[in-house]
Amino acid sequence: MLRLDRVTKRYGVGAFGGTTFTAVRDVSFAVAPGEVVSLIGESGSGKSTIGKMILKLIPVSEGSITLDGTDIGAFARRRRKEYYRHVQGVFQDPFSCYNPVFKADRVLRMIKEEYFPRVGRAEWDERVAAALESVRLDPGAVLGRYPHQLSGGQLQRLLVARALLLDIRYLVADEITSMLDASTRIDVLNLLADLRARGLGVLFITHDLALGNYISAKTVVLRRGEVVEMGETGKVFANPLHPYARRLLASVPQLHARWDGDEDAGAAGCALHDGGHAAEGERLAEVEPGHFVACAGAEGGCAAATDGGRAKAVSHRR
Amino acid sequence: MTTSDTGSSAGSSAGGGAPGAVAAPGAVAPAAAGGPAVRGTVAETLYFALRNGKLLTGLSVLVLLLLTALIGPLFLPPDPNAYVGLSGRPPSAEHWFGTTHFGQDVFTQFVYGLQATFLVGALGGGIAAVLGMVVGFTAGYRGGVVDEILNALTNVVLVLPTLAVLLVINAYLGVRSVAVQGLFIGLTSWPWAARAIRAQTLSLRSRDFTDLARLSGVPTWKIIAREIAPNMSSYLFMTFILLFGGAILIGASLDFIGLGPTHGISLGLMLNNAAQWSALHLGMWWWFIPPGAGITAIVGSLYVMNVGLDEVFNPKLRET
Amino acid sequence: MTLRVNDLKVYYKTLRGEVKALDGVTFEIGDAEILGLAGESGCGKSTLGKALIRMDGRMRLRGGTVELDGERLPIDDDAKMNRYRYHEVSLIPQYSMSAMNPTRRIGRMIRELLESRGVRYADVAEELVRRLRLVELDPDVLNRYPIELSGGMKQRTVMVISTLLNPSLLIADEITSALDVSTQKAVAKALAGFREHGFVKSMIFVTHDISLTYQIADTIMVMYAGKLAEKASAAAIVNKPRHPYTQLLISSLPEVGVRYADKRLSGIPGSPPSLLDPPAGCRFRDRCPLAFAKCAEEPPVTEVAPGHYVACWKG
Repeated sequence: MLRLDRVTKRYGVGAFGGTTFTAVRDVSFAVAPGEVVSLIGESGSGKSTIGKMILKLIPVSEGSITLDGTDIGAFARRRRKEYYRHVQGVFQDPFSCYNPVFKADRVLRMIKEEYFPRVGRAEWDERVAAALESVRLDPGAVLGRYPHQLSGGQLQRLLVARALLLDIRYLVADEITSMLDASTRIDVLNLLADLRARGLGVLFITHDLALGNYISAKTVVLRRGEVVEMGETGKVFANPLHPYARRLLASVPQLHARWDGDEDAGAAGCALHDGGHAAEGERLAEVEPGHFVACAGAEGGCAAATDGGRAKAVSHRR
Repeated sequence: MTTSDTGSSAGSSAGGGAPGAVAAPGAVAPAAAGGPAVRGTVAETLYFALRNGKLLTGLSVLVLLLLTALIGPLFLPPDPNAYVGLSGRPPSAEHWFGTTHFGQDVFTQFVYGLQATFLVGALGGGIAAVLGMVVGFTAGYRGGVVDEILNALTNVVLVLPTLAVLLVINAYLGVRSVAVQGLFIGLTSWPWAARAIRAQTLSLRSRDFTDLARLSGVPTWKIIAREIAPNMSSYLFMTFILLFGGAILIGASLDFIGLGPTHGISLGLMLNNAAQWSALHLGMWWWFIPPGAGITAIVGSLYVMNVGLDEVFNPKLRET
Repeated sequence: MTLRVNDLKVYYKTLRGEVKALDGVTFEIGDAEILGLAGESGCGKSTLGKALIRMDGRMRLRGGTVELDGERLPIDDDAKMNRYRYHEVSLIPQYSMSAMNPTRRIGRMIRELLESRGVRYADVAEELVRRLRLVELDPDVLNRYPIELSGGMKQRTVMVISTLLNPSLLIADEITSALDVSTQKAVAKALAGFREHGFVKSMIFVTHDISLTYQIADTIMVMYAGKLAEKASAAAIVNKPRHPYTQLLISSLPEVGVRYADKRLSGIPGSPPSLLDPPAGCRFRDRCPLAFAKCAEEPPVTEVAPGHYVACWKG
């Protein structure tokens, strides 16, 4: 289980790092093996920051990220390298992930150099062929080519194949389809969903609700670094209770329906304060089994919220 | 636009820090473009290089002078400071650049001076480049405390009045050779290169392929050497050229004020001698114009080459 | 206003030859019509959008004509096109975030822009303020620097600026791609609003997002590999597409509510052909599940129903 516990990330900005900017605040959720969790948020929501913290590309300010109970924060060079055997990432822009001066399959070679230096050539080629087949890539079409000779979809899949060479357990997919054409997007997604059968846990970071809804079992909706709603995908999408989540859902252009006049009439107050489901000190209320909602904030019409949209009432925070 | 534009840009910006170069949409054929790839990029770079007037002009002048410096001494008497002729003669068939006040052949001095000048440039520029790269890469990649310390060091050396320091050091050294001069110049002129390289490294470090290398467990030094530096290769090349030219100028300045090498000859030293012996007043133009023109030609051609190279490496500056 | 494009061919000159980005496209736009130009990367929609207003250095007109209100548009002559730009034909560029000079206050930038076009700022100032209010922008933005505005605000500002002189034709080139979903909606609606208010007569809305196009366009034109694949009313394209490419494209779009466990969608395998040396015949042939012998011959665009054009033998 890959678990985030009250993870917070702060940056010092301004001259001399005086002001603090909180990119991620008090975020907790988990990804189980064989499960796809989508992390949905718009730009500035902190979703990429969370992805990078899980991948240990940036350090956590507060809170912890644990893999099967072990806190990954303390991992230094050698243990971090071991960690990467189990957790890998794929990013948004396939073309910027590849160093343009080298061939595309160099990303595979880097893995061999660092993790499998003693594996023989023939065996390595077999493993590569197997990994490429898992992502439905033809070895002849991608090996030996430069990044600009391959399409975005192929490059993304090659990155997934690279991750598979390591026999990973969790994959962080950060907006991997945003730069792909619509027709290739769905194939890459199907691939992720198929990988679940191998026991792979996927954190699917995206701003596209339709995609998140398509493949994930659980959804976490993020806004300005905080979780506003999370739970089983079906429940969250069928009945969003947080005003932000509702607004987001209403703005998605649908294929067979046009936007109506003014959507989101009748947002129903604050699920956290009014519903009374919240346990003492919790940020999120479990409004139904497997469906959690945060305070709607002052702008969402919560009477109990103070100070610009975030409940500062003591009873809500440990 | 999505895939094909950014794909082409990644391809054609190889070897240069030129992001966002837009090639023709649709020109990227997935898996059908065949062979030419980086070979194509190198070929493309060469194509533009061979058509760039500034680059060709600068390079020709430089190569001409370099050849003169390398081959010339083979045909000339070994000691440029020997007294071979009548003093103060203007250029003639026997002494192509005339003679100095002491009867030394100016042309011989010029050719050996070119040699010394190139040596100072290569040494000084080379040492400065290496130092600049080490400091720049480390500071740019590591960030944090290391960056702060290295920045402080860079700033200190940057604000040192280089010439004054070199004056003091050189004055204390009894015997000065071209190599030592080159060494000291190298040790003091690296800061701006370090700064520039640090800036580029900072930007490249945040690119996805660096993250991917980290995720592959690649150690830091390898990331710098294999991922970051190759993407800056054109930048590093041009930085070296500028350091080379700069070293020559500083060397010439030192020579001119009398702190040049104690043996041998250099272009700056020639100018120094010419000035000391009132060549200008006496109308002995052949004594100071060749070395002056020589320094100007070398440094000028280097800078012109650099501008041309910038156009070659940066697709946006090219005129198609 | 009417725009008639006839067999337009615009190629890109590259070191390796000419990329036939737009290879013979014919269509018409009527008065007060919003045309959604949809397609994937490399289909030629951006080239078409750009060609209609300003061809960049590498584009070459290789055939065809463009007529605006019966008058021929000299799209290959940069200087002659100048009098049409901004007055008759205007463009909202894709990355408007970067389209504004960061060192100028917005009001001043507009003033300079107008003056370069021979329009006095004082004449349009009042209208400018009125329009800013219409797109829900505080007229105070004129005194601010671009960096102080959010992405959506900048986009809306650029939209107002581009339409200030009431052009007949507005080309919106992927204006919502870089925006968040909620801002996207606001911007798309604002754009549709321009037509309602009469600021522009007709629009070409270039995008890769068909769902978004469906929201505001009257007609959708789907392009593939430099050619027209299908053009019909928005409802027809989405509900009753006739071209296999359009059909496959529509069916590969996940909608909120469709889940992998319930119904597995599939994309279109393969990729578009190289436009340096495009294949003869129908360009979609290699990826088309319905391809047959006749597809080796290029299908002409035929009107299979009133206002519904398809380039397919099976359409």
